[in-house]
Amino acid sequence: MSNTGDPHISRRNLLIVAGASVAAGAAPGSARAQKPLPMGPAASEPVTTKVGMIVNGASRSMEFDTRTTLLDALREHMHLTGTKKGCDHGQCGACTVIVDGQRINSCLTLAVMHEGSSVTTIEGLGTPGNLHPMQAAFIKHDGFQCGYCTPGQICSAVAVLDEIKAGQPSHVSGSLMGAIDLNEAELRERMSGNICRCGAYSNIVEAITEVAGRPA
Amino acid sequence: MRSFTYEKVASPAAAATAIASTSDAKFIAGGTNLLDLMKLEIETPAHLIDLNGLGFDRIERTSEGGLRIGALVRNTALAADEKVRRDYGLLSRALLAGASGQLRNKATTAGNLLQRTRCPYFYDTNLPCNKRSPGSGCAAIGGVTRSLAVIGSSDACIATHPSDMAVAMRALDAVVEALRPDGQTRTIPIADFHRLPGDTPHIETALEPGELITAVTLPKPVGGTHIYRKVRDRASYAFALVSVAAVVQRDGSGKVAVGGVAHKPWRVEGAEKALANGARAFVSGLLADAKPTKDNAFKLTLVERAVASVLAEVKG
Repeated sequence: MSNTGDPHISRRNLLIVAGASVAAGAAPGSARAQKPLPMGPAASEPVTTKVGMIVNGASRSMEFDTRTTLLDALREHMHLTGTKKGCDHGQCGACTVIVDGQRINSCLTLAVMHEGSSVTTIEGLGTPGNLHPMQAAFIKHDGFQCGYCTPGQICSAVAVLDEIKAGQPSHVSGSLMGAIDLNEAELRERMSGNICRCGAYSNIVEAITEVAGRPA
Repeated sequence: MRSFTYEKVASPAAAATAIASTSDAKFIAGGTNLLDLMKLEIETPAHLIDLNGLGFDRIERTSEGGLRIGALVRNTALAADEKVRRDYGLLSRALLAGASGQLRNKATTAGNLLQRTRCPYFYDTNLPCNKRSPGSGCAAIGGVTRSLAVIGSSDACIATHPSDMAVAMRALDAVVEALRPDGQTRTIPIADFHRLPGDTPHIETALEPGELITAVTLPKPVGGTHIYRKVRDRASYAFALVSVAAVVQRDGSGKVAVGGVAHKPWRVEGAEKALANGARAFVSGLLADAKPTKDNAFKLTLVERAVASVLAEVKG
């Protein structure tokens, strides 16, 4: 797979622009990158640019189509397929990753906008041999069934506990100024951007509650 | 998504130059609404100008004792700011009632004001929409209108504005600071910022082409009880059917704006003197010119009941 831009677009562009003379396996992006970037109106072919970011502690520098979302950059180009594509429109939360300490929907941001960002995905939280406490708690409490939403749920949950620690109130917090009571309603509200089609919500809340330091 | 070129600017002047010198260019900040619409090819900019290097991320006291909120302050940071929580609780509550934690971490103050309607007909590119494709007609009128506007609509458009934050800002008498491409700055009261659809529903705000929001200012705190009551189809992460943003004083006077009913946050200052006489008296003035459809007439009752609930909470 090419490391240049969206792989599907790259292949199509390879066919249209380069025809049959380009050998299979050639990297079309490296040739394209040497061309000056066309400035609007609409470029008829993909525009690529080089982006460097830190992903799970490692520096990554790659050429991306400007259209490539952070989600596609992680999955299709860095092959970090733990982060999932659900709706691709910011409605389901399956693509949640932690960027510069904050959870975001990686489907609704462009890779090109993340020069210098530090990105943590589910692969960076823990490994099979050394699970993050939140991963271990999701297993212990059966916080998933099919597992598709789970990486997003776990990244979100880790960030939620940081948000509570930082004193950020939520929609259901009784007072805007007082201490936050870490109860089920708080966790459900704060996790509402992560949809679980299997309906494992009650077990997810139990897992997060345990990690937060209270008996589930 | 259509192909586009991209640049990140480091100064407002560079942003102005870029937007003026490139056709079909758009500013991008949080991107949570724009990228969604670009994927659907409802928005098709040829050039994106990334504003995230401009700063504009501070919340400062104004010399008048109010607050100046930078255009790039994220919704999360604004809702959690101690000054906002203490003096403008209505604004925190409205922000926290909107979207999800993930989206609020990205979404900006200016972008929230500029977000597009969630009218399902605007989103369906197979159907006509005067907002998406001026002159093509409105598929919503005569369609399924349960979520759509009950007042201020036109024969061209019955969309609502989706923001919670803007409804609170309307009740708080916010002012939008903007920078024209020629370098001139100006202020726009929030009441005049969003437009009613009329026969140009694609022109949604008072901003001129290429004009950039730099900040939103709030007047000095007015005290009172701050309540944001949002009524929606599920308890979290849904747009409002109706919402009520209220600042009510001990003597029963107050400022009340309503969301989910019109193309802009809906407030009628002249109706507010009736607040002391209860929800029915106030809402009969607030929504006097309502033209609901069969599907959304329930919103009139819902607004009245939501206001009644707010007034009851104020009394304790």
